[in-house]
Amino acid sequence: MKKKLLSVMLCITLTASMLVGCSGKPSSNGTTDTTPTKPAETNTDNGSGDAGSADPYATDGTYAIIVKSAGNPYNKKESDGYKQVIEAQGGTCVIQEPESATAEDQITCINNVVSQGVDAIAIAANDTDALEPALKQAMDQGIHVMSLDSAVNANSREVFVNQAGTREIAQTLMDAILDISGGEGNWAILSAASTATNQNAWIDGMKEVMQDSKYSKLNLIGVYYGDDQYQASVDQTAAILTDDPNVKVICAPTTVGIMAAAKVLQDEGLTGKVKLTGLGLPSEMADYIGADDAHSCPYMYLWNPIQLGNLAAYVSIGLVNGVITGAAGETFTVPDTTLGDNGSYTIKEAADGGTEIILGAPFAFTPENIAEWSAVY
Amino acid sequence: MAGKSGRTIIAEEKFSLKKLLVRWETFLVIIFILVNIMNSNISDKYLSVPGLFNATNSFLSIAFLTLPMCFVLLIGEIDISVGAQVALSAVLLGISFNAGVPMWLAVIIALAVGVLCGFLNGIIAIKFTELNPMIITLGTQILFRGIAEMILKDQSTGGFTSVKWFSNLYWGKIGGVVPVMFVIFVICAVIFGVVMHKSTFGRRMYAVGSNKLAAKYSGINVPGMRLTIYTLTGLFCGVCAVFASSQMGSARPNVGAGYELDAIGMCVLGGVLTDGGKGNFIGAMISVFLLGLLKYGLGLVNVSSNIMLVVKGALLIFAVMIPHLNLGRFFKKKAVKTA
Repeated sequence: MKKKLLSVMLCITLTASMLVGCSGKPSSNGTTDTTPTKPAETNTDNGSGDAGSADPYATDGTYAIIVKSAGNPYNKKESDGYKQVIEAQGGTCVIQEPESATAEDQITCINNVVSQGVDAIAIAANDTDALEPALKQAMDQGIHVMSLDSAVNANSREVFVNQAGTREIAQTLMDAILDISGGEGNWAILSAASTATNQNAWIDGMKEVMQDSKYSKLNLIGVYYGDDQYQASVDQTAAILTDDPNVKVICAPTTVGIMAAAKVLQDEGLTGKVKLTGLGLPSEMADYIGADDAHSCPYMYLWNPIQLGNLAAYVSIGLVNGVITGAAGETFTVPDTTLGDNGSYTIKEAADGGTEIILGAPFAFTPENIAEWSAVY
Repeated sequence: MAGKSGRTIIAEEKFSLKKLLVRWETFLVIIFILVNIMNSNISDKYLSVPGLFNATNSFLSIAFLTLPMCFVLLIGEIDISVGAQVALSAVLLGISFNAGVPMWLAVIIALAVGVLCGFLNGIIAIKFTELNPMIITLGTQILFRGIAEMILKDQSTGGFTSVKWFSNLYWGKIGGVVPVMFVIFVICAVIFGVVMHKSTFGRRMYAVGSNKLAAKYSGINVPGMRLTIYTLTGLFCGVCAVFASSQMGSARPNVGAGYELDAIGMCVLGGVLTDGGKGNFIGAMISVFLLGLLKYGLGLVNVSSNIMLVVKGALLIFAVMIPHLNLGRFFKKKAVKTA
């Protein structure tokens, strides 16, 4: 009997200590990541050259960011960026990470932050429609809701902070191709699946940009679909090289595709002859980026998740402070001049009927900065 | 001693088992109280009636699966296809609603799909008794989820929020405080509890779970019981699907992923072990609220869900380990005494 009692007591102590140990964690998470971007603690900058002495983005509220799932390094950067700005502006930041990347778990998180009485929720949605009832309920209670990275439907948000404006990406990639090819020559696109919404929009955008006479000497030999699978992308890269041995540039607006193409060019010893650009993850592409002929990719792009978080934080504060309402056509200027066009943004109509703010042109990863970014994500 | 041992051991075992279970529930109650004390200490937002009722909403839709799961585990079987049954029911609810079927009929279709899925599990289980239920339901899980994905591909089907009463199933609150779903859950739980502990069917389940063969020879219709329980599980997968669809206002083939483990986990923590013939319904219900409120409390102070998983896992291991530890000691002591 004594032993039983003892074991029960032991269990209780264990559980209790475990729980206490856990609960202690959030209060002490002052882990300051050494992020390579300049921290956005430019509070009263000359960015907004108004006479107003009070910072319109100063706040003492509580702001919640709900990411897609725990253990997602890309999401972690977004929430880091969000927290950075919120805390620099005087607010309190709450980060919720769902157990798994499902809508159900995000609803639980929404519930948690609503109970905490936050002023605003920023969410990277796991499902476009499934969060609508939960987010609407939050909005009914006066909480400002916006999405970043991955949108919720137009009914359940005030505004969406979009990392990837179709036009910006198309323009940037075309300029890169023009630059890398030296202004003329054959080039090819290695895309994801032929049905991929994002990639198709970007490719259509690129074709539109190409109408400009500046690009008239560039000849697109075709769009190849690697289905966002590594092996299929390798095969399609080989197909490009067979179809046109004179191809000068391959543009892969997909992280899987660009990595596969880089590997093929490396293995075939074509790194000096065929060049590569597109959208890629720095950590996966670090080995292939370089200015010399031993590397196939002189530079590539992707958006900067930290800046995305930074902008989302300013937008959240703006919504709470009434600086912005999220209506199309509104313009605003954030204190951080490294964002957008010297910090100024315009809210636009989004394709889904809601409104969105586009972060800006994608971020370039060059031989100079790839080393520090490859450690990040 | 040998002559009498047969009877005495059984009598003893029953006695000790009962004692053990009583203690297990007591243990759960203690943890439950501790968790609540801890939660109210770490967050001053915890002890608020509307907040707590809101919190129950986020775990009760899965808790509907623990009701029949208690029965399944009690007769010594397992059903890991429940998550997929939820998905298939939800998807069919969604596509029939969007095909113009009135919502009440779509709900009935979802329940019927659940019943059919459960019935299929049951039929396979009783026609091929040599197959392990784990393997059967692993197969049907893939099958159900596959059909759901075939129907909807990677799309979702939504627009349920336009039907007010349907939305209110999950989001509605009686008197602005008590969630509708909570009331429905309590009613269902009481019925399940009574059946498990106060009915002949319940006693027969314990008998089947303890020893299928003996139960069969004592005249219990074992196949009939298994078929009933699997079908009932299917029905409640339909119920869970209805609430999940109401919660999300839409349906997707990946709804209910991992629900089976949550449901089984809650039962096991509650003392309804996978060996069969053991457990108490109250224990399972306490553990539903214990895990749910623990998660809510930690969520209120923004503990990362990775840590919550660790806590949950540790609790579960305790749950399955402690009774066995004590059981061994208990028998050793008895043996020493009688010798």
